[in-house]
Amino acid sequence: MYQEELLNHYHRPRNQGRLEHPDFSCSRLNPLCGDQVMYEGAISDGTISDLKFTGSGCVISQATASLLGEHVRGKKIETVLSLDKVAVLSLIGISLGPTRMQCALLPLEALQQGINEYLKRSINA
Amino acid sequence: MNEKRPIATIRPDFPILTTTVDGHPLVYLDNAATTHKPQGVIDAITNFYRFHNANIHRTVYRLAETATEQFEAVREKVARFIHAQDSCEIIFTKGTTEGINLVAQSWARHHVKAGDEILVSGLEHHSNLIPWQQVCKETGAVLRIIPVLADGTLDMAKAHELMTGKTKLLAIIHVSNMLGTQVDVASLSRRAHEVGARVLVDAAQSIAHQPINVTALGCDFLAFSGHKMLGPTGVGVLYINRSVHDQMTPYQYGGGMIMEATYDGARFLTAPRQFEAGTPHIAGVIGLGAALDYIQKNIPFDELRKHEAALVKRTIAGLSCMPRIRLLGPLDHLATQGHLISFVVEGMHAHDVAAYCDRFGICIRAGHHCAQPLARQLGVDAAARISFYAYNTMQEVEIVLEVLERMVADPLYGGR
Repeated sequence: MYQEELLNHYHRPRNQGRLEHPDFSCSRLNPLCGDQVMYEGAISDGTISDLKFTGSGCVISQATASLLGEHVRGKKIETVLSLDKVAVLSLIGISLGPTRMQCALLPLEALQQGINEYLKRSINA
Repeated sequence: MNEKRPIATIRPDFPILTTTVDGHPLVYLDNAATTHKPQGVIDAITNFYRFHNANIHRTVYRLAETATEQFEAVREKVARFIHAQDSCEIIFTKGTTEGINLVAQSWARHHVKAGDEILVSGLEHHSNLIPWQQVCKETGAVLRIIPVLADGTLDMAKAHELMTGKTKLLAIIHVSNMLGTQVDVASLSRRAHEVGARVLVDAAQSIAHQPINVTALGCDFLAFSGHKMLGPTGVGVLYINRSVHDQMTPYQYGGGMIMEATYDGARFLTAPRQFEAGTPHIAGVIGLGAALDYIQKNIPFDELRKHEAALVKRTIAGLSCMPRIRLLGPLDHLATQGHLISFVVEGMHAHDVAAYCDRFGICIRAGHHCAQPLARQLGVDAAARISFYAYNTMQEVEIVLEVLERMVADPLYGGR
C-alpha cells in the first residue's frame, strides 16, 4: 500500500517543528478531510536555508510534507517554485487516484504559496 | 401465487459484484454513496437506445410516441411508488440536489421574506443546507437549526419549539447519510403545518430502504435520486404536492415547458412539464422505471430492513470489540433498523482506513460525508462509513471485520 519510505516519514517525520523567526510561513487545510500542513522557512541567498513543518492528517499528506521538506532544503527558490504534481509523485514513489492526489499536493501548495508571499513582500519592501 | 424470493438470492443479478480487485472479490460497502445496477436496469437503458430512442412529447411518429409512453409510464410508476395523489406531482430532475435547489429557486425565493425563518436540522447533507443558507442571504430570512443530541438523534422538543408563526419552511433529512439516524418526519410535518409552514423532505437515503408515503409523511416537497435506488445516475425525482403548484414559478425556461411563445413573451405549461425544460435524461428515466420494477419484485421492504439490520448489528458487535474504534450515531436504532454505521479510528486518519481496506477489495467511504457542520459537532475531521444494501452478505461483514481487526493491531498504523 504505502511504501516503506512513506510510512517511515509518517512515523518519524523529518524537520518537524517551528522556526523562531521564519522568512515565510504558510498553512494549507483541506476542509474535505481535515489534512493540514504548515511550513515555516528561512531564505538566504535565494535558497531555502532552513525549513520546518507541522500538521495533521493522513499518511499521504504528512509523509509528503516530510519528504518534500527534506527535498527542498538548500535548493534555490526558483527550483522549488517549478516543482509540480509529477515531481511530487516521483518523490513519494506511488501512484495515486485524483482524490488522494489532493492529499499529496497539499504540502506543495503550502510551500509554494509561502514562498510566493515572501517574494511579493520582498518586492514591495 | 406470489413467489417470495429470499433477498440473499438477488446478488447474481448484479454483474459488477463479480469484479475482483487485485484478486480479491469486490466487497462493496458504500451503498449510501451509490448503489449498483441489476442487469435488468442496464438492459432497459441499452434497449431504449437500441430499439426505442426518440425525443419525447414533441411529435407523432410511432417511435416517438412509444418513447413518450414509456417515459410517462415511469412517471405514473413513481407516483404510485411514493403514494402521490397524481402523476402531475412527479417532476423528473437530475437528482436530489437539483430537486432541492428547484424548490429553493421556484418557491422559497418568492415566498420567504425578510424576518421569516427556514428550519433545517443539524444532520443535513450540504444539499439540504446550502440552498437554504443562500435563500436566507438573498431574502433576509433567518436559518434555524434543530440541534442534534449526543446520540445522533434530533432534539424533537426543541424542534417543535423552533416552529413558530415565522417559520415558512421546514427542510428535513429523512435518514442521515452520516449517522443513519431516522427522523420522525410525520410528527415534524404535523407541527410545521400547524404553524403554516411548508415541508420539504430529503429522501435520498431512505427511498431505497423503506416504503415512502408522501401523504403519511405530510410533506409538500420530497426529493430523491435514482442512482441510490438501483437506477442510473443523472436522474431523480422531485415530488411537489398539488396544493403548491400555483405558488411555483418555473426554474428553467425553454423548450418543453412552453404552451405558447411569441417574440415578446410566453405562456408556460403546468406541472410537471413546467419544471422539465429541455430534453430530459429519457434513458435515465427508463432506467429508473426498471429499477422500481426490480425493487418491487425482488426487495420487499420488511425483509430488507431485517436483512440490513442484521448486517449492521453484526458490524457494530464486531467493531465494538476492537481497540481504537469509536462508533458514531444511534447504535440501538441502527442495530434494529439501520443500513449504515460510521466510525473513527484513534490515531489513524479515515483516508488511511479506507486505503487499507481498499487493498483487500473493500469499498468504504471516508470523509465528512457532505455534512461538515455535523462532523465538526461530532469532533471529527473525517469518519469512515460502512453502508449496506440488499445484495450485501454476512460473509462480507466478516471479511471487513477481519481486515479492520488486523488494521487496528498493525504497528505500522498506530497499533500495539
